[in-house]
Amino acid sequence: MIVADRLGKRFGRRVAVDAVSFAVPRGEVVAFLGPNGAGKTTTLRLLAGVVAPDAGRALIDGHDVATAPLAARRRLGYAPERPALHGDMTVAGFLRFVAGMKDAPARRAADAAIARTGLAPVAGRRIGTLSKGVQQRVGLAQALVGDPPVLLLDEPTAGLDPERAAETRALVRALAAEHAVLVSTHALAEVGAIADRVVVLHAGRVLADERPAALGARMRSPARLDVEAAAPADALTAALAEVPGVRDVTVVGRVNGHARCRVEVAPDADPRPALASAIVARGWGLLALAPVEPTLEDAFLALLRGTEAP
Amino acid sequence: MRKALVVCRRDVAALAGAPLGWIVAALFLLLAGWFFYSDLVFFVVFGAANPSRGLWRFVFLDVRLVVLLLLPLLTMRALAEERRLGTLELAFSWPVRDGELLAGKFLGILAVYLALLAASAIGPVVLHALHSFPLGPVVAGYAGLVLLGVACIACGLAASAMTDNQVVAAMLAYGVLVFSWFVSWNEPAGGETLGPVLLQLSLFDHFYGFAEGAIDTRDVAWLLAFGALFLFVAHRALGARSWRGVA
Repeated sequence: MIVADRLGKRFGRRVAVDAVSFAVPRGEVVAFLGPNGAGKTTTLRLLAGVVAPDAGRALIDGHDVATAPLAARRRLGYAPERPALHGDMTVAGFLRFVAGMKDAPARRAADAAIARTGLAPVAGRRIGTLSKGVQQRVGLAQALVGDPPVLLLDEPTAGLDPERAAETRALVRALAAEHAVLVSTHALAEVGAIADRVVVLHAGRVLADERPAALGARMRSPARLDVEAAAPADALTAALAEVPGVRDVTVVGRVNGHARCRVEVAPDADPRPALASAIVARGWGLLALAPVEPTLEDAFLALLRGTEAP
Repeated sequence: MRKALVVCRRDVAALAGAPLGWIVAALFLLLAGWFFYSDLVFFVVFGAANPSRGLWRFVFLDVRLVVLLLLPLLTMRALAEERRLGTLELAFSWPVRDGELLAGKFLGILAVYLALLAASAIGPVVLHALHSFPLGPVVAGYAGLVLLGVACIACGLAASAMTDNQVVAAMLAYGVLVFSWFVSWNEPAGGETLGPVLLQLSLFDHFYGFAEGAIDTRDVAWLLAFGALFLFVAHRALGARSWRGVA
């Protein structure tokens, strides 16, 4: 079990992490979501005991990282975002070395980690000669060496090709049965695939701690549409604004006599058929009409609006 | 201790697999061999009667300069490079004490240094086979080089523990070692009160006895204390992350 209890950390005047509290029980994968600079990596490093907090406590399976560091670290697998590896060693050699540092039987523990992460084909290669994506997996493998019950994975799919990223997500899901897993990510799409719960971090503070479905629902409204038509921009804007269910229209581009508009839609409205009719009725060519997928920034804006609302 | 040996084994393999390790080894053996040869020629040509004062003293006083010059190059990577790569941060997340990590680093470089000293002894061994001479002064000289190495490696590790830049680590180590070396170079400058104190603090003076074939327990204790002090400093520098708040 991972417990962050009012963790706080400053770097000079900048507050990196501010009274962050959450818990991850065994058997659960929690995604740590936030834009760059939100404090995800700092929180993971605080939990891993790599840096010391200015306030609060980090507990790994009940052991305080600051006061019982060895007991806590024995139960911990930590994979930093940047694969920090000895490039001069082979994959198998490095993992055996890690096993030695973790009091695990060297060959058996290394082989198990290699098998789990699909590194067998490159086990004999020097780490420095491997691609960044494979190095990322070696970083994950070293966290798994010795099969610790708590895993802290900092952006484990960053730099992986889609196939490998999917494999890593499947692996993280499979690990959930026996482990408490905290995975940081800034990819919204990843959250639903791997996490039982999402902790959203923004400017060092926990903004939300809920199930991915609930977070997704919050972010879907207000919806937005992209509309492109062979029409003068001003006329198109005026025509779209008249359609019921449309809150706002802004021109986002003009190309070769075509105009592209961003349409803000009122909650629970779907004006797409009416928008299409309005364009066609005026004799313009309808080139595109598509929902805009919410970005992480949108999600944060939505969450911020949610938390700031009375 | 087992983990220290794991770290030691890794570091020896890393040094043996890197060009830097081989360059330092080649330079050490080349310079040590050259000093042995030139001092031997000097001894033969000028025919001093006492090999201890006429040959070995010069050989060991020359080789200590090589030690001073090359050991910081072996130690500079040890922790600074790991800090830069992020592998030190990873090691801080493993169940290993800072002391074990440091002991492993220290033993790894010491093992490489002892291997170099052993290889440099080929000259004296061949000379002994051709022309017998008392071995005592040679044993004393090598004992002094081992202890001097302990002091230099500890100092280099302390410097390497304080930065993530190898060049800075090497310069720091050179700064401390050269100052400790020459602190008594000009005794009168220290005055009547400071002069004797500086003399007692000098690495140069505490090695001199070994080069002359005498093992003085005060020199042994001093060199070991110098090493212990800097290992302590290195340990504190690693532990500083708890109050500095950065790895």
